[in-house]
Amino acid sequence: MIELTNVSKTYPNGTKGLNQINLSISQGEFVVIVGLSGAGKSTLLRSMNRLHDITEGDIRIGGKSITEASGQQLRSIRRDIGMIFQSFNLVKRSTVLRNVMAGRVGYHSTLRTVLGLFPKEDTEIAFEALSRVNIAEKAYVRADQLSGGQQQRVAIARVLAQEAKIILADEPVASLDPLTTKQVMDDLKRINQELGITTIVNLHFIDLARAYATRIIGLRAGEVVFDGPVWEATDEVFAAIYGRPIQQDELLEERVV
Amino acid sequence: MNAKPSLPIQARPKAPSRLKHGLTAVIILLLLWGSAMQTDSTLGELAAGIPNMLDLLREMFPPKWSYFNNITQAMLETIRMALVGTTLGAIAAIPVALLCASNLTRSGWIYYPVRFLLNLVRTIPDLLLAALFVAIFGLGPLPGIFALAVFSMGLIAKLTYEALETIDHGPLEAMTSVGANALQRIAYAVIPQIQAHFASYVLYTFEINVRAAAILGLVGAGGIGHYYEVTLGFLEYDKTSVIIIFTLAIVLVIDYISMKLREKLL
Amino acid sequence: MTKSANQTRRKPRKPAYRWLIYTALAIIYIWAFAGIPYTGIKETAGQITKAIVAGIFSPDWDYVYLPDGEDLLRGLLDTLAISMLGTFISTIICIPFAFWAAANMSSARWVSGSGKMILSFIRTFPEIIMAILFIKAVGPGSFAGVLALGLHSVGMLGKLFADEVENLDPGPIEALLASGANRLQIMWFAVLPQVLPGFLSYTLYRFEINVRSATILGIIGAGGIGTPLIFALSSRNWERVGIILLGIVVMITIIDMISGSIRKKLV
Repeated sequence: MIELTNVSKTYPNGTKGLNQINLSISQGEFVVIVGLSGAGKSTLLRSMNRLHDITEGDIRIGGKSITEASGQQLRSIRRDIGMIFQSFNLVKRSTVLRNVMAGRVGYHSTLRTVLGLFPKEDTEIAFEALSRVNIAEKAYVRADQLSGGQQQRVAIARVLAQEAKIILADEPVASLDPLTTKQVMDDLKRINQELGITTIVNLHFIDLARAYATRIIGLRAGEVVFDGPVWEATDEVFAAIYGRPIQQDELLEERVV
Repeated sequence: MNAKPSLPIQARPKAPSRLKHGLTAVIILLLLWGSAMQTDSTLGELAAGIPNMLDLLREMFPPKWSYFNNITQAMLETIRMALVGTTLGAIAAIPVALLCASNLTRSGWIYYPVRFLLNLVRTIPDLLLAALFVAIFGLGPLPGIFALAVFSMGLIAKLTYEALETIDHGPLEAMTSVGANALQRIAYAVIPQIQAHFASYVLYTFEINVRAAAILGLVGAGGIGHYYEVTLGFLEYDKTSVIIIFTLAIVLVIDYISMKLREKLL
Repeated sequence: MTKSANQTRRKPRKPAYRWLIYTALAIIYIWAFAGIPYTGIKETAGQITKAIVAGIFSPDWDYVYLPDGEDLLRGLLDTLAISMLGTFISTIICIPFAFWAAANMSSARWVSGSGKMILSFIRTFPEIIMAILFIKAVGPGSFAGVLALGLHSVGMLGKLFADEVENLDPGPIEALLASGANRLQIMWFAVLPQVLPGFLSYTLYRFEINVRSATILGIIGAGGIGTPLIFALSSRNWERVGIILLGIVVMITIIDMISGSIRKKLV
């Protein structure tokens, strides 16, 4: 479903962001990408929906090359890929519902969306998405009135309303406390299982990665140094990915105590 | 896509009424329509005026550069007026600002009335003040300076007292605890905290005053503004454009210097 | 002065250029104060001041409303109308300017730079001079005032709008981009909701300033309360000057209060 062949990214100053990455991720997988900060996790994720451009190789989403797409073609590929961000990226002054509806704009003409003439089914879709993350009662509340965990759930609802086939989540829990972290990860996992949406998550916490992933990809200095099912990812593997033994702050549970 | 498992429909909140937004929009539109009626503003009128405007622009160019020599004295006077007016206003603003700051003047019986008076003064625009002072003192730069001084006092006092209210309270308490009187407290705890801001506000006001001084002449209060009437009265638009260009150049230069100074201060 | 812990007794030397600045300042001040003619004050100044003050305390109440036009209320109404329409026009012109001048809306530096240049050029051009020029074009009256305010306000308002655009959170734009939205949709769903409250607040602020400006436009014949005021001043009708001043002060105070409370709600 997602295929990366020989993907490299070199920054203008010459540093290698990604180096010869070959990956194939099939539908319904729950992939967690781990690695030190600066290892290229975020760059890898963002190249999959071309928020970042790559300098070499090809990325195919459902058979279509996103690397070569442009204009309407690119937008329609992007419409099938939802993204969740560390800082939620909601319009704080808009209501929750309007934020979720923003996920629908890719389906309609500019004029129609700008005039606010969403079809009635879209409102249904939005409310269903909000119900799925248990936040429907907040539909008409302004986003900045919600807690961080609630805001991230609104962002998930936006991706659901987008009816994406793939969800990319870039450090989705990095600005949340341990309790809400679990709720948000549970939501992502449930959506992955119930709707069969391919989910790729960047995570910092090792135990979280083990608890939710079906497959773990380890990045180090822009290269894939581990790729395998979760039961193969032992402490030694993580130590190899990180280039040093696991530290306390890479474990979420230790911090809850 | 995949079949979605059925989901228990949660209670949906009711959409808030759009009435308020709609009403606001209607009121604003009515106000604008009424304003257009009141001022006889129509697009037709504008379209009819455009040829005149183009004529005017054509007559303004090329500017008659030789006129430059006739107005340099007036331009210097304009700068003088701005400088002196700002200075007088800044000096007058100090006590007013101290009286307005609720953390220095503790009694609401003092700072509320003073603030009220300050707000009253600030409602009157500079050109109007100048027209009043010309009526009182007669023609010349002096009424202009007074107008600028009053205007500057209002602006600087307001900015300064608002800054005063945000100063760190620690040094004030420290000075009180060593037994300082009111003046000593101001000298050692307030001034060091506020002086850079104050200087920056004075410079900012000076920038505004240079622009203001350039038009005070329209009501006879000195400066280069007088020459607008002279040249426009004789329909010498090529001279008017020299005045405009000269003023713009001076204003831009002074703005630039003042801005650089203010950046250094803060 | 300085409360820094000076271990040594010697005061830290202030740099020499400080004295250069002080000397320059002194010279400028001597030049400025010496150049002003301190003569020419009318002997009647005291009397007139008294008359104006007396006029303010015993204003010409009859002038507030005259059945056959040309009264205080109509003058103030005209002033308000000029400032409202002028503010509206400038707001409309400002929106494209703001995005042009905002550094984060274009990749090339010269694009936003040129926008900012034009805005600061407009800003330095006094509204009263614009009004004089517009009078030449559309004739004396309120419409010239409307156009002058509408054009002049673009300078300041455009800069404030551009600052607001520069301060926006790029997150929602990224999110919309990732969901396949096009430029206009990003503008509408990620940019406008963020900047609109700021735009409205600045518009109201500029409206407060424009009401003040509109009171003086009449001095050169561009409509509003300024015209009767200048007539009253030149005909020494101090009671009428008093009531007009009173009217202006009351109107501006009320406008400031209303506008200020709306602005507080917006932010």
